[in-house]
Amino acid sequence: MDKRLVKWVLSVCVLVAILLAVSTLSLLLGPSGVSPGAIVRAILEGKESAAHAILFDIRLPRILLGFAIGGSLSLAGVILQSMFRNPLVEPYTLGISGGAALGVSITTILRLAGPLGIYALPVSGFVGAFCVILFLRVMAANRSVLTIQALLLTGVMISFISSSAVLLIMSISGVEELHDILFWIIGSLGETDWFLVKPALLVSVSGLIFAYFFCFDLNALGLGEEDALHLGVNVERTKRILFILASVLAGLSVSLAGAIGFVGLVVPHFVRMFTGGDHRILLVSAFLSGATFLIFCDCVAKTIIQPVELPVGVVTGLLGGVLFIYTMTRKGSATGGKGA
Amino acid sequence: MLELRSVSCRYGDHLALKEINVRIEDRELVGVIGPNGSGKTTLIRAVTKIMKPVHGKVLLEEQPIDALSFKELARRVAVVGRLGDFDLKIRVEDLVLLGRLPHRQGFALLEKRTDLDIAREAMRLTDILELKDRMVEGLSSGERQLVFIARALAQEPRLLLLDEPTSHLDITHQIRVMDLIKELNREKELTVLVVLHDLNLASQYCDRLLLLDKGVLRKDGAPKDVLTYQIIEEVYKTVVLVRENPVSARPYIFPVSKEDRRRT
Repeated sequence: MDKRLVKWVLSVCVLVAILLAVSTLSLLLGPSGVSPGAIVRAILEGKESAAHAILFDIRLPRILLGFAIGGSLSLAGVILQSMFRNPLVEPYTLGISGGAALGVSITTILRLAGPLGIYALPVSGFVGAFCVILFLRVMAANRSVLTIQALLLTGVMISFISSSAVLLIMSISGVEELHDILFWIIGSLGETDWFLVKPALLVSVSGLIFAYFFCFDLNALGLGEEDALHLGVNVERTKRILFILASVLAGLSVSLAGAIGFVGLVVPHFVRMFTGGDHRILLVSAFLSGATFLIFCDCVAKTIIQPVELPVGVVTGLLGGVLFIYTMTRKGSATGGKGA
Repeated sequence: MLELRSVSCRYGDHLALKEINVRIEDRELVGVIGPNGSGKTTLIRAVTKIMKPVHGKVLLEEQPIDALSFKELARRVAVVGRLGDFDLKIRVEDLVLLGRLPHRQGFALLEKRTDLDIAREAMRLTDILELKDRMVEGLSSGERQLVFIARALAQEPRLLLLDEPTSHLDITHQIRVMDLIKELNREKELTVLVVLHDLNLASQYCDRLLLLDKGVLRKDGAPKDVLTYQIIEEVYKTVVLVRENPVSARPYIFPVSKEDRRRT
């Protein structure tokens, strides 16, 4: 018993240490050519220098946004995968990210921002994500026709449809809007603002805490819905709440940083391999690993071909895509082994 | 303990249970038998509130189950479902501990001492203590079935429902599981409702049998009254021979092959 707790605390400590190390690295590196020495001096000497401004107004919020979004995406992935008992479900493959991107595009082109100001795009992203979630819920409720494979296929189709719609919007929009929309589609942590970072942190961390109230329900759901019912879990209510939580987390992420793919798919899968299926450790591990992964990818994106900055979605896509294929082939061999 | 009052259930247009009236007393060991698709599993689902009857009422300890939440129900009724594929990475002890879920109060990350003790006792009763640190997916079907029974016991239920607990098991494990069920019924005073495909196991172990046929309760009574060759041939559409088991004096069913049928 206590052995388990010790193991959990240890793995959280290790993950936090890696997170801090990657964050420090990302804090010290950047395209602006400020040397690591100057950064250290800026921290020690205080407000006046340009290095200080770069550090606290550009790099730090960017890291914190990466933390919030990486954590949220990964957490949403874990929750969705456990709920559906399928390792391939995530905000991206369910079309939630696509819906959010479409919501953002529509708001941009129709200039619906209005009184919402800086929060307009996050809100419209969330509305877009929520529409997709709602649609999937309705489809999933009619389970006699819709299996999880069909749900995944539907999600991929929604992604295609919304990306086509986004392309349509792009083709009829002006240069200014084009840049805005492109930014959402590829996904980037580049344009950060403390006004957005703070709520993002708040929502993602409260999402994690909230998810913990359902960690036992998620453990039971891992056995299948009927078994979870036998253990007294109100499956329908739990799934509804978790679906909304996942959509809030995914919608938030996509609306702030664009459709960053694969974080919610690859990270939970690998974390599961190390921690096992117990959500008491899985949830926090996935959150921390997702945060670390995204901050690392962002660090690569902003430094690899200086002075050009790559959108982070390109890096997560490349890294994640390779790992995705690896995952698929591994899963294939595993089921093949079981059948034999 | 359990009462079904003219319960009917349907899947779409198909009426899976028709006007079932049954009363099960405390500490009974009741077997449910019947051909495939006769409504045995539906009966279990009606008792666990997974299937909502279109008509009639299910009462648990004189209380309609509609008035109970899933959690309250799970504190009194435990279910051992059919063995399916299992790909979850979970230790045996953790799976058994999940049986404590309905008894959790408030939020605590770790199980209480009493939960651990109850889970341990459940594993001792099912004789799987030495497996407790193994992964469930690596176990044989027989061992896995015992783990799920242990989980059900950890719920500390008053009514235990089992859906074909012996299918896919070899004879050693079949007997081991059935002996365990009987022991729990006799010594732990558990009321048991068990769905069985094997008529001979049902005959040997159950005090009372419910024979379902196309959703209708065809016969309800002691094995010797239910398992007569006329009833079996009529319900199962198969020629059989029924004799008395010399050890237990309960009916034993012999199948008769087509070849033998022609010869006699």
